[in-house]
Amino acid sequence: MLKLNGIHTFYGPIEALRGINIEVKQGEIVSLIGNNGAGKSTTLMTISGILKPQAGDIVFEGEGIGGMPPHRIVEMGISQVPEGRRIFPRLTIKENLEMGAYTKFKVQLDKIFELFPVLKERQKQLGGTLSGGEQQMLAIGRALMSNPKLLLLDEPSLGLAPIIVSKIFRTIKDINREGVTVLLVEQNARAALKLSNKGYVLETGKIVLEGKGEYLLINEQLKKAYLGE
Amino acid sequence: MRSEELKVKSFDMNTLSTAAKPIIIALWLSLLFLPFKGFKAAILFFAIFSVLLLSLKFLSPYKKIFAERLQIFSKKIYLLSVNRYPSIVIRSALLLLILTMPFMVRDYFIDVAILVGIYVILALGLNVVVGFTGLLNLGFVAFYAIGAYTYALLNTKFGIGFWSALPFSLVITSVAGFLLAIPALRLRGDYLAIVTLGFGEIARLILNNWDSMTRGPNGISGIAPPEILSISFGKLSHYYYLVFLFVILTLFITRRVYASRIGRAWVAIREDEIAASAMGINTTLYKLYAFAFGTFWAGLAGALFSGKMQFVSPESFTFMESVLILCMVILGGLGSIPGVIFGAFILVLLPEVLREVQLYRMLSLGVGLVLMMIFRPQGLLGGKRVSLRS
Repeated sequence: MLKLNGIHTFYGPIEALRGINIEVKQGEIVSLIGNNGAGKSTTLMTISGILKPQAGDIVFEGEGIGGMPPHRIVEMGISQVPEGRRIFPRLTIKENLEMGAYTKFKVQLDKIFELFPVLKERQKQLGGTLSGGEQQMLAIGRALMSNPKLLLLDEPSLGLAPIIVSKIFRTIKDINREGVTVLLVEQNARAALKLSNKGYVLETGKIVLEGKGEYLLINEQLKKAYLGE
Repeated sequence: MRSEELKVKSFDMNTLSTAAKPIIIALWLSLLFLPFKGFKAAILFFAIFSVLLLSLKFLSPYKKIFAERLQIFSKKIYLLSVNRYPSIVIRSALLLLILTMPFMVRDYFIDVAILVGIYVILALGLNVVVGFTGLLNLGFVAFYAIGAYTYALLNTKFGIGFWSALPFSLVITSVAGFLLAIPALRLRGDYLAIVTLGFGEIARLILNNWDSMTRGPNGISGIAPPEILSISFGKLSHYYYLVFLFVILTLFITRRVYASRIGRAWVAIREDEIAASAMGINTTLYKLYAFAFGTFWAGLAGALFSGKMQFVSPESFTFMESVLILCMVILGGLGSIPGVIFGAFILVLLPEVLREVQLYRMLSLGVGLVLMMIFRPQGLLGGKRVSLRS
């Protein structure tokens, strides 16, 4: 479904991604894990078109999308939950969700409200007044509004209480079961890998390890570096 | 015994530090007067201000009440201007007042009212760029000037009438806005503000120095006022109605566009540009739209200005003018349409009211803005949050 071949992305003179190869198959949950500054978010931003790759190509459903502007990529069916949620603080929850359906002409809120009932209760409240967990739900709901085939999630567990995190992860699984392919970036390696069909480990802009989720979970090298055992 | 002594002492320290702030403010205010009135007056003002501010400080409960009152007052005005149902009587009374005004007052007031109208159009235009989309444009006056000069030149050089020249004014101004936006929108925030500021100055300098075309600082005179079926709008009261109609048109269109898909995209860009583009909004395109759409109204205001004055010169399009329009938008409340109209009203009327104390006009404006930023940073009528549905 999505394939990244030898992607190089720069921030000015700094090479943030140094030849990344990733493959996401239809219906999978794939996670990217790694330390701060490894290039996880950069990878997602490159896929969603906010950053442009200097070299390499990105193929989505047989079409090259490298260097396409972000709005075209959303139209193709890739939706992003940006890092730090980035909800619109001064718009209501309903308006936030409607913004997510910007590329669509029909707004369907029911599905999102079914997934996150709390958003329905508070739909007239301002986005900025929600708690962190609710904001994350809103951000995910907003990204789903465009009915994406592929959902890019950037650190959905960032700054949330463990109980909320497990709830969010359960929801991600549910979303995936509905047929949305998920590419997940996480620092919380264990939780992410448990959920994933496949995982990639990034280190300073390169993929150092890849494999099935359960395989990575028992990998000695990874255990030492990321799982703290 | 000892502890009581300590208490007294600390109390004294407290009053001292609370007293220091008003005195510093008073010093600052009186320093403003120094260049106008000399040393003696400055000291006098210092004394007056310190007493005033100190008494304000020690009557601080009243400050709270004052702020609350101000809030209630502006809420009332807001409700008056926004709520459709309960205030239909007030609304129609207001409309009647506006429509019959030229029959009741001296020409001077009609003149001021026309000016208010032109500035309302300008402020509504700038509000699209600054208020809705969140792009700081400090060179808005350049587009006003382009609109004004386009009509002036077309009329004096080719004898083209107002109505045939108006589309040119609008199109040329919008295109200028679009062209400036293409390079400028690669920048963000402060940098964008600096580029637009530079553009405003460039436009004024061109008008000032391109003698063969614009007659430089002498300006262009003898511009014909608009006419319909050979009825001239040269008369002030006629022009008043013309401007009023255009204000209504501007109001209607900006409101409709704001409530549309385009308006939603603007708000999203203002709130969070990265999130907006992640939502599938073509941010560059919509920012260009905002620039072109905002400057369109500057073109209209410019053409109306030349038609009214029948004279244009670069002097009317200084940087100060840009700042004034921006102040209207900020004073009224960024993004709030009734607020911006109110802001334009106040900032045009205030200098007229304060004509007696001309020297202090800008000063009082500055003080007023500072006070407002302290008491009501969201603008006079910006109390209600900016909603997508008006």
